[in-house]
Amino acid sequence: MSLPQVRIEKRLEQRRWLMVAVPLGSLVVAHIAIAILLVATGHPPIPTFRRLFDAAYLADGALTNSLIAATPLAFTGLAAAVAFRMKLFNIGAEGQLYVGAIGASGVAILLAGQSAPVLIGAMIVGGAVLGAAWGAIPGLLRAFLRTNEIITSLMLNYVAALVLNYLIFDSLSYWRDTSATGLVFPQGKVLVDAATWPVTTIGSVAIPFGFLVAVAVAFIVWVLYTRTRFGFEAQVIGDSPRAARYAGMRTRRKIVAIMCLSGAIAGIGGASQMGDFRHVLDARGLQQANYGYTGIVVAALARYNPFAVVFAAFLLGGLQNAGYTLQSAEFPSGLVGVMQGMILFAMLGGELLVQYRISIARPIRHARAQTESAS
Amino acid sequence: MNSSIVVVVLASAVAYGTPLLYAALGELLAERSGVLNLGVEGMMLVGAVLGFLAVQRIDGPKGVVLPLAVAVAALAGAVAALVLAFLVITLRANQIVAGLALTILCGAAGLSSYIANDFELAANPARYSFEEVNAFGLQELPVVGPVIFGQTWLVYASWICVVLVGLYLSRTRPGLNVRAIGEVPAAADAMGISVTRYRYAHTIAGGAFAGVGGACFSLALTPLWVDGLTGGTGWIAIALVIFAFWRADLCLVGAYVFGAFSALPLILQAKGYTVTPQLFQALPYVMTIVVLVIVSSGIGRRRLGAPASLGVPYVREER
Repeated sequence: MSLPQVRIEKRLEQRRWLMVAVPLGSLVVAHIAIAILLVATGHPPIPTFRRLFDAAYLADGALTNSLIAATPLAFTGLAAAVAFRMKLFNIGAEGQLYVGAIGASGVAILLAGQSAPVLIGAMIVGGAVLGAAWGAIPGLLRAFLRTNEIITSLMLNYVAALVLNYLIFDSLSYWRDTSATGLVFPQGKVLVDAATWPVTTIGSVAIPFGFLVAVAVAFIVWVLYTRTRFGFEAQVIGDSPRAARYAGMRTRRKIVAIMCLSGAIAGIGGASQMGDFRHVLDARGLQQANYGYTGIVVAALARYNPFAVVFAAFLLGGLQNAGYTLQSAEFPSGLVGVMQGMILFAMLGGELLVQYRISIARPIRHARAQTESAS
Repeated sequence: MNSSIVVVVLASAVAYGTPLLYAALGELLAERSGVLNLGVEGMMLVGAVLGFLAVQRIDGPKGVVLPLAVAVAALAGAVAALVLAFLVITLRANQIVAGLALTILCGAAGLSSYIANDFELAANPARYSFEEVNAFGLQELPVVGPVIFGQTWLVYASWICVVLVGLYLSRTRPGLNVRAIGEVPAAADAMGISVTRYRYAHTIAGGAFAGVGGACFSLALTPLWVDGLTGGTGWIAIALVIFAFWRADLCLVGAYVFGAFSALPLILQAKGYTVTPQLFQALPYVMTIVVLVIVSSGIGRRRLGAPASLGVPYVREER
């Protein structure tokens, strides 16, 4: 007797309910996998999860802190989603966020005397412009020299990190605090109070201005991809470059434009770091946070849907916040990264269910024997 | 003469290039079969952490423990690669996102840190580490002494691996099959070669190499544990494969060039030169971009390009 055969066929139509069920199912599968890891290393899974979710969403001030952690992830997630949707694998959001932070803080130092609205607007523009410029490099190389954007954007992350280090640690740059203490303990200039972005409070939850900006950006991206010719063409180019060229679409321009947009969004994320949270160009802190790479997880979890990105950023931001809060206590370090990786793995595996139909076909002879015995 | 700066740089270029070389050889195998594995950094880190754990926990003489630790590291990298292979080959997941997921899962803030924390690895330096051997008593020779005859066993083993991988890909039947799969999997399939099996095997072998590359850090270069001690080497390895036009022998050259660039600022500072370290540190990354541009346009494209089906899942009935 032969074994039943598993057949995998491409779905002609994607089921709507699967698009919701699969991410949720992936979360469940990921949690089971992590529970196994926890048990294997001698940690009780249920209490660990409870503490994690408590610290992420339920405890006093947890939501506020989770939103703080979610804000940069929303930006880098959107940056990744915009580019990945066109099959441009920009993994340079990390570096684009750094240069965005450099741009925004530079502008804020330059315009120190201005009023708050002017300063905040200028910071957003400053961050977006520098981020876009940094994203344009792999974009131009890809568009005109067909250089793989994955590696170039990645290499530029390291270069951006080194630029940050140079500005703060190894030079007397415009960004560095050059007072007596600043020379001994290298740090950036502290931005003026007017450059602090406002906070909206609903109940006991403080919403950073940057998070609202991210929601607005998500809306713009959604409009761009679903309601404009530009977005439609970008998707066609991503799915079938050849078809796009035959249809007379301007492929190169669009590649550069999308990479700039992706970079600009990550750059605003950097500006939000300056305006919302750090208020000083924090070279080390920005590099330790890994916002750019985590943003890719966020985007994949959201299946590149801009609104889902904001939600996924909130989920993972909560995890990250819990990771920080519990770090001091007896809490396995690295667990948050493991969880993120597991969730993404489960999600990627689940993607098969959305795209393909899996049927288990019984061998024909076996089936006939059954019908005969039934009759 | 052997303490002159040129010799010191050359000798450390070899030492620092070795983890890169292992990782690049592994990535080369995977990419030749058509799998772009972006999880190298993650696989290196699990290799590094489990190799280090093995050295700390296995009792025995140095000559037994160290090879065992390397084997553990290779196994760890291979298991990590198996997870990725299942995802991208069987489940046909996007190779780029899956590779990144592997790096996040295993990487500096993931599994490697979790394991290191759980076993308190950061507390003590490695009980044993690979030391430079004086091969044939020739270490005192001018220039070639420290560069060639004064390296660790890991370095010598890497040279053997380069030869083996190079010969395997260019001179053996399975090697030819791998290259066929990397170029036109459908044709290879028609010839009766199992695309799935070959891709699994080479992705996993690649993971084992990456694991050993990680162990080069924790067992030789910096024999202690800090989270993320590979410091982005895995990413450079991916660039290096391109830099080397997908050839094993050029991987060796490229690895040492990159090794020299990462060793140079440290040595210059130690010798008292004032340099902007970031400038040197940025060089390998900028060079990778430049090389990529050259490879992808003009000369490179004519003959030396990537395996044609790199990054494309193979599904029999689809095209």
